[in-house]
Amino acid sequence: MNSNFYSSLELMGKGMLAIFVVIIAIYAVVSLLLNITKENEQ
Amino acid sequence: MDFLIEGFISITWQQVLMYIIGGTLIYLAIRKNLEPALLLPMGFGAILVNIPFSGVLDQTLTGIGEVQGIIDWLFRVGIEASEAMPILLFIGIGAMIDFGPLLANPRLLLFGAAAQFGIFATITVATLLGFSLTDAASIGIIGAADGPTSILVSHVLGSNYIGPIAVAAYSYMALVPIIQPFAIRMCTTKKERAIRMKYNPKSVSKTTKILFPIVVTIIAGLVAPASIALVGFLMFGNLIRECGVLNSLSETAQNALANLITLLLGITISASMQADKFVTLETFLIMGLGLLAFVFDTIAGVMFAKFLNLFSKEKVNPMVGAAGISAFPMSARVIQKMGLQEDNQNHLLMHAIGANVSGQIASVIAGGVIINLIPKLL
Repeated sequence: MNSNFYSSLELMGKGMLAIFVVIIAIYAVVSLLLNITKENEQ
Repeated sequence: MDFLIEGFISITWQQVLMYIIGGTLIYLAIRKNLEPALLLPMGFGAILVNIPFSGVLDQTLTGIGEVQGIIDWLFRVGIEASEAMPILLFIGIGAMIDFGPLLANPRLLLFGAAAQFGIFATITVATLLGFSLTDAASIGIIGAADGPTSILVSHVLGSNYIGPIAVAAYSYMALVPIIQPFAIRMCTTKKERAIRMKYNPKSVSKTTKILFPIVVTIIAGLVAPASIALVGFLMFGNLIRECGVLNSLSETAQNALANLITLLLGITISASMQADKFVTLETFLIMGLGLLAFVFDTIAGVMFAKFLNLFSKEKVNPMVGAAGISAFPMSARVIQKMGLQEDNQNHLLMHAIGANVSGQIASVIAGGVIINLIPKLL
């Protein structure tokens, strides 16, 4: 196994973590926005 | 009279092969209607740059010196100097996307994230085949199913394979209706494919639609600053669309700007399709790995949906997870069609579109994350 292979596994772990962190943060903010704007509309 | 036959006697078999590849791309664009806006200019460009002593490339003429070629110039200015072409194209793409179905059901955002796994799985396979980490990452990004992102990331990482990567990215995007059903059937049962999903969208206010691109830009920028060029321009285009006061600019971005950049991008990319760089064993490996990336993406999306089903009362049709790739709207259409094949009352289109536009956001974030992480791993 070459060192690039181990680096690619590290990239996979960190990369997927970063993508999920960003997406979950966006999910949370969007859910919040939907609730706030819904209350305002009501 | 040697000057009349100089071109003929200088031609190599690799250049002849490139004419055949160019002709095939043009054929696929015209007869099969596969991504014609990109494959046709790339196919014609492949012929242009492989004519011996082609005037579209930089040449050194005896007694005159260096003469600039238009395609080399376009490549230097439009891609090499600033990645301007792929980035500007994102304004048009952002202006075309309606995030409404995604905002009405924000849970679908998760599928976009999951389906990016194919990028990283392919990078790992590419390193096992002997590619360097930067080249492997450039190849893996084909799995973003997003041509401009693939071009931009492979160029920023200094890959030698921009040409094959662009050809693979656009070809496989066009082949989504063939690749995805095959991959989905491999990992789902008929019963799973027939799962019905209720469509109860939340109402989405105009304020939310306007704030969404700003929020995404800030969050993505803070976690992965390198993604800001991609995400920022995509979201800028979307803000123009949603703000409601720039309709004329929105239309220009969606039509004139996107068309102009697409027209030039295809032919500019052909600068990297010169026979001596393109006709190599690595090109064939890259085409294979690109296909693998799309299959991995699809399987990852499906498996993630199955995983969510373990915990949720309202089951998700696993095929919707496969729509989390960026190939919009082909992937959503494929899922809708496959759903109807299993149950003619099973309408999955709106769910699939939500996952599909989420894939567009996640793929540009993935591109930025890779640009961010690779220098730290070298």
